[in-house]
Amino acid sequence: MKIGYPATLTYYSLFPLWKIFFEKLGHEVIKSPITSKNILESGVKFTVTDACIPIKLMHGHAASLNDKVDVIFIPRMVSFFKNETFCPKFLGLPEMVQYSVEGIPRILAPKIELKKGIWQIYQVLLRIGKQLGSNNLQLSSAITAAYTALYKYNSLLNKGYFPAQAMAILEGKNSTQRVSKERAFFDLAVLGYPYQVYDNYITVNMLEILQKMGAYIWTCEMIPNNILNKYRNVLPKELFWYYSNLVIRSTYYYLREKQVDGIIHVSAFGCGPDAIVDKLMELEAKAHKIPFLTLTIDEHTGEAGIMTRLEAFVDMLRIRRGIR
Amino acid sequence: MKISFPYMGVSHIAFKDFIERLGHEPLVPPAPSKKTLSYGVQYSPEFACIPFKVLMGTYVEVLEKGAEMIISSGGHGPCRAGLYGLIHEKVLKDAGYNFEMIIFDAPLRNLKDFIAKVSRIIKPNKIGWYKFIQELKISWAKLRALDQLELHSHEIRPYETKKGQTTSFFNKGLAMIDEAKTLKAIEEAKYEGIKLLNSVAQDKTRNPLKVGIIGEIYVVIEPFMNFDLQVTLGEMGVKTHRSIYITQWTQDNAISNKGEVDVIACAPPYLNQKVGGHGIISVGETVIYAKGGYDGVIQLAPFTCIPEIVAKSIIPQITRDHGIPVLSLTIDEQTAKAGVLTRLEAFIDLMHYQRMLKGGKPGEVLLRS
Repeated sequence: MKIGYPATLTYYSLFPLWKIFFEKLGHEVIKSPITSKNILESGVKFTVTDACIPIKLMHGHAASLNDKVDVIFIPRMVSFFKNETFCPKFLGLPEMVQYSVEGIPRILAPKIELKKGIWQIYQVLLRIGKQLGSNNLQLSSAITAAYTALYKYNSLLNKGYFPAQAMAILEGKNSTQRVSKERAFFDLAVLGYPYQVYDNYITVNMLEILQKMGAYIWTCEMIPNNILNKYRNVLPKELFWYYSNLVIRSTYYYLREKQVDGIIHVSAFGCGPDAIVDKLMELEAKAHKIPFLTLTIDEHTGEAGIMTRLEAFVDMLRIRRGIR
Repeated sequence: MKISFPYMGVSHIAFKDFIERLGHEPLVPPAPSKKTLSYGVQYSPEFACIPFKVLMGTYVEVLEKGAEMIISSGGHGPCRAGLYGLIHEKVLKDAGYNFEMIIFDAPLRNLKDFIAKVSRIIKPNKIGWYKFIQELKISWAKLRALDQLELHSHEIRPYETKKGQTTSFFNKGLAMIDEAKTLKAIEEAKYEGIKLLNSVAQDKTRNPLKVGIIGEIYVVIEPFMNFDLQVTLGEMGVKTHRSIYITQWTQDNAISNKGEVDVIACAPPYLNQKVGGHGIISVGETVIYAKGGYDGVIQLAPFTCIPEIVAKSIIPQITRDHGIPVLSLTIDEQTAKAGVLTRLEAFIDLMHYQRMLKGGKPGEVLLRS
């Protein structure tokens, strides 16, 4: 069976797991191409106007797979941990796509509702495997392989590779080296949800631009889980959303332990959770006297606008550091 | 201690009464206005939803008037409303206001926390738990009476022959409930209020359009947010029904006032997952209204409201399947009354036309200017 995987949202966190799992069970995994103008435009066409850009992109990515696959895989991400869910749009995503995109094939939408972390996902894998008609023997080897892939992927991310590079390495390709630490002038935390920070099309190559300007980039994914967990109780009330908690905890880590020179928060126009996250980050950065920039991204984001803001921000960081 | 609280519909009558009963000085917030909104927008994150901004504005207004404590409600997600209190407090303290904020979450989720917070309010005045519960019962009865009176006014209004009479009688009824101090007096005031509403001059031969109202609780309940939608429609001769009332919502977060019909059970196959806020309720209610022979549904959603966006992208499928027209109104600080009115008029025309196609008499309900 040909399984389509829209290359956005959970793609950056979980794709290696799902890819290896389905391939080991003898299915073909076809991921959608990287975000392009076409994908964005079809996404904007199908989605309700006030949805945020990641959701519009999701619709676009799903639509781009329309004629190429038998089923489209859109897991219903409910929770990894107890008392923590994903953004409500993730919860209703399968239905949103199903009823909005014309000519969409069948959607495979397993419900992922875990209580103790991502490693519990084998329960879901078993269920899907059975649904797809695999036997226990195939399943156990597929699950082991999938776990190994995810573990390798995560450790590559923790070492400082970006998702695209890490995935290339997993596939055995030579990956382009990122700017080495010695050549960078300053440390910059670029925080935000992975599906925005790493999507080079909607951020108009922000990461590359920053690296050229001499920044060493730190992201949420580079912090190992056990360190992040130390920051569980920094707020009087934990946020409800998995990715938002990731961003908030990373903010505290980079402010308190890592002492970066500046923080850029990449946020989507109209992002619900980010309205809260951004304000908290702003107040916290202010308290630590660290420069903070919010980059809001929407379907009209242009390179000139982003460049101007990044240049101004980086100039300020350089002046603060005394680098000319 | 001067205690204040968010303003929502007519509920302030009951909240004021309750704070008085606990021996504190209630500071009734002014009804939301342009001024509230501009304060709110000034302090709020850009993409916070409109209820957040209005609450922020309200808090600024009451803090300027000298409120020492603000009581509000919390939540457990995934809707953002559960974190409002946290952000409001952080932002306002950052802006230099000094006050205490008490946020009540659902008691059964964290009983210890609930007890501690109630104690914080009742201890200074040496009020025991028994008295607290007795007073709570009275104020709860008041809140219920207010809801029932409002519900009844929406039933009567489309039939009134003298425009505005229902509203003026409704306000008289509110004043009566406001004055009532005991359980018995509240019951009597409610009875009197409903009798008063029934005495409105009506033309029962009309067969008004029936419209269901769904959406996020704050913009549905607070007339300032929805440009007094239910009254406006009522005076245009359209019967409206909404299932979200504060008491019902508090009593049971899921069951509609149709009793045994479980709204959430009606949502599948359109939505199989609770998405926080009122997302699944909006979907389920649209199905209920479609099956219940309503002429249309109006969805009220604050801009960037996540659950309502989920509902909004699914509802067109219900329209395709059941043929019920749905008008989605997205509300933010830029929304203006004229725009909303134009869209309402067009929507009413559409519903009339649809009725005609189904064999009803054209212009059965004449729109009055």
